[in-house]
Amino acid sequence: MLIAFALPAHAGPFEDGVAKFANDDFSDTEEAIGVVASSGNKLAFPIISALQDGRLMADPDSKKVYVTGTDGKSIDAATGEAVASVPDSASAVRLNNRLRRSVDAAIGSLTLQSPDVGTRLQAAQSVFKSHEETALEAVDAALAKESNRSVKAALGEARAAILLFKSDATEVEKLDAVATLKGRGDQEALALLTGMGDQPASVTKAATSAIGSIQSSLAVWSMVQNAWYGLSLGSVLLLAAIGLAITFGVMGVINMAHGEMVMIGAYTTFVVQEVIRTRYPALFDYSLLIAVPLAFVVAGAIGVLIERSIIRFLYGRPLETLLATWGLSLVLQQAVRTMFGPTNREVGNPSWMSGAFELGQITITYNRLWILCFTLAVFAILLAMLRYTALGLEMRAVTQNRRMAASMGIATSRVDALTFGLGSGIAGIAGVALSQIDNVSPNLGQSYIIDSFMVVVFGGVGNLWGTLVGAFTLGIANKFLEPVAGAVLGKIAILVLIILFIQKRPRGLFALKGRAVEA
Amino acid sequence: MTPHMLTRSLDRGATIFLAVVAACGILIPLSNLLLPAGSFLQVPTYLVALWGKYVCYAILALAIDLIWGYCGILSLGHGAFFALGGYAMGMYLMRQIGTRGVYGNPILPDFMVFLNYSKLPWYWYGFDMFWFAALMVLVVPGLLAFCFGWLAFRSRVTGVYLSIITQAMTYALLLAFFRNDFGFGGNNGLTDFKDILGFNVQAEGTRAALFALSCLALIIGFLICRAIVSSKLGKVLIAVRDAESRTRFLGYRVESYKLFVFTVSACMAGVAGALYVPQVGIINPSEFAPGNSIEAVIWVAVGGRGTLVGAALGAVVVNYAKTFFTSGVLAPYWLFMLGALFILVTLLLPKGIVGTFNAWWDQSKEKRDAATMASAAAEDGVTEPKMAE
Repeated sequence: MLIAFALPAHAGPFEDGVAKFANDDFSDTEEAIGVVASSGNKLAFPIISALQDGRLMADPDSKKVYVTGTDGKSIDAATGEAVASVPDSASAVRLNNRLRRSVDAAIGSLTLQSPDVGTRLQAAQSVFKSHEETALEAVDAALAKESNRSVKAALGEARAAILLFKSDATEVEKLDAVATLKGRGDQEALALLTGMGDQPASVTKAATSAIGSIQSSLAVWSMVQNAWYGLSLGSVLLLAAIGLAITFGVMGVINMAHGEMVMIGAYTTFVVQEVIRTRYPALFDYSLLIAVPLAFVVAGAIGVLIERSIIRFLYGRPLETLLATWGLSLVLQQAVRTMFGPTNREVGNPSWMSGAFELGQITITYNRLWILCFTLAVFAILLAMLRYTALGLEMRAVTQNRRMAASMGIATSRVDALTFGLGSGIAGIAGVALSQIDNVSPNLGQSYIIDSFMVVVFGGVGNLWGTLVGAFTLGIANKFLEPVAGAVLGKIAILVLIILFIQKRPRGLFALKGRAVEA
Repeated sequence: MTPHMLTRSLDRGATIFLAVVAACGILIPLSNLLLPAGSFLQVPTYLVALWGKYVCYAILALAIDLIWGYCGILSLGHGAFFALGGYAMGMYLMRQIGTRGVYGNPILPDFMVFLNYSKLPWYWYGFDMFWFAALMVLVVPGLLAFCFGWLAFRSRVTGVYLSIITQAMTYALLLAFFRNDFGFGGNNGLTDFKDILGFNVQAEGTRAALFALSCLALIIGFLICRAIVSSKLGKVLIAVRDAESRTRFLGYRVESYKLFVFTVSACMAGVAGALYVPQVGIINPSEFAPGNSIEAVIWVAVGGRGTLVGAALGAVVVNYAKTFFTSGVLAPYWLFMLGALFILVTLLLPKGIVGTFNAWWDQSKEKRDAATMASAAAEDGVTEPKMAE
């Protein structure tokens, strides 16, 4: 058989088809694509993919066609024999847009029977997208052999898409196709159903009802998607605000340099990754695990230093504290700018944080998911710390009644310093997480400071649960407003709503009651 | 304003201040226009524009001192009122360009032609008339402050909460004005001005006149503030600052007093912005940045809150320092200095320059008086409000 194929004479339909590429005529080329793709010849895939990349050379004089490989070696397309060089008279076979679609479809059907499951699935999906009638046979053939469930489903959908657009398909086949597409139920199925053109009455009716049900399910999914984005944004807000909830909420200190503690955490991550990159590249996946405690210590230590050197002189003068810490934030930003440069520094994602997975109709990225989990973990640990440790008890005592706590033998100034250090340290941890989704630049903290204050004020000062609820409410509200009003208007609307909300409830969602309010 | 009120409201510091501002307002433009260029005493035009900018900042600082120093309202959003006044003036200046723009459209400003506006948005109507624009300079910031203050003060939003929501207000406006479809030129703002009231904005004479006008506005603003704080109303404001609840229990409608002074202050900031824009030649959304408003607060803190003179002085001193340091080799360290200024002033100089000087002066005067007349010190009237936290 091989010898027969190798004969230079025009021995079969495959060779005839290949020769047609040399005619430099678009309709001949289309025929040739059809013949080659359905031939089952092992050369079919290299030929078609060469055609797609403009590597298929045809010589109009000798009617010979050559495939130039990406490595520069060439073979005769009809026989597969290596040739020394392509003649100068040969030129690349030209394509137009219509042909490109046929080429895509041909490649799709050629890879339908690849041994690799992923390739088969991709091929089935590309046939679904192109839904070229010519691919029907290939899909049927592949469907008969297919054993993998998800590939089989994808093939079924591809077949349905083809049948829906095939003018001579029977009504029963088309009704089946509509039902299959309805089962798929995503944006693409919707696009196929709405754009299918003239159909028998029963099919149109079925399609209309399918479109309705797909649209309503898509609406639900888009709600789910918005809710997920909202949760994700909420977790970021919570992470940025949680340290502030301690310093502002529990201690009553307005720390405008809070954002800079977040920035310091992010830069700590950068430094850790730099060291790992240059010294121990194998540890890269653990870089964040190393950075978290380090960022806590660095930011926490700076926090204690700030409390001891500036803030302790300003207790009871909240407006002055605000100004002093604002000045501090300028100094810290400029210090980082001087040390690391004004541009963004690159912080990489470890492998377990990159990528995404599909859940129904929505895509969930791992880094967002991890950040959500991480935020909740930090929140839980903090809550437990305040509730069950001696330090937490002392902190609560000092914030509730400073003089009484002092009389009971608590070293209040030490507790102040530690509380402020704790809040700053948590901001540093937030910086580690935010370095994964945001640009690490000296301005990183600035972009979070107003949002963080909004969260704490909205949730209610002095209440960690309020901060949690506030962050997720704002996050979700923001993401639900975004599709309606646009990103910027949505944000403005949220700010205006918070301003109005504070008028109604000046102490936030979960206000402290009793004497502490006026203190 | 009765002459009696005027004389009562002026003490020695205020008189010196007014004399200095008036002298600057007259002498600097005259020296710029009449003396030959390059002469030792001639003030170059760029300096006139620069000092004009400082005077506008001084008016803004005065506005902040009025509410912060005398009523305890720390607004971190006063830059918004300043910028709104500036935009109102900028809209007038844009309409005056007429057909001299790049696209030569007689009605639409260049950026609108560029953004495919078919007709002028309704809120641009009337800005071709100066009196209307001048009115809007007062009305827009005043109205925003009135609505904002009415909501905030009535529901007793005070202290840092108020500071934070004023900051949110200016941040929201910043985001809004950055949008192209908001109709105010988006990111680029309004610029490329040609005429104001028929005079070329770039001309030396116009600049000198604008400088003189800014000084005049500073004097008028100062007199208004003095009149307010030295009246009976001003005493109530100080009471609100020092003990808000107690003032309320004494029967005063605290929120009305606050609302009044907040609105007046916003109008002043608007005027400052309106005078600022023709002198610097541009207004863009970055004027709304929360950082600008906080910087304006620190001018007041440096000069001395609750002194009025100190606020204006602080604005000029800090901005002169900013110009001086950001133009030289020390430019990378300016933010360190500004940050350190914030920290050191709040920690070491809570009364500011003028407040500290006054305290020192009073003390030394007291000593001198005590030396001569042992019993006279007890009768000392309150001329400067005492800081109390």
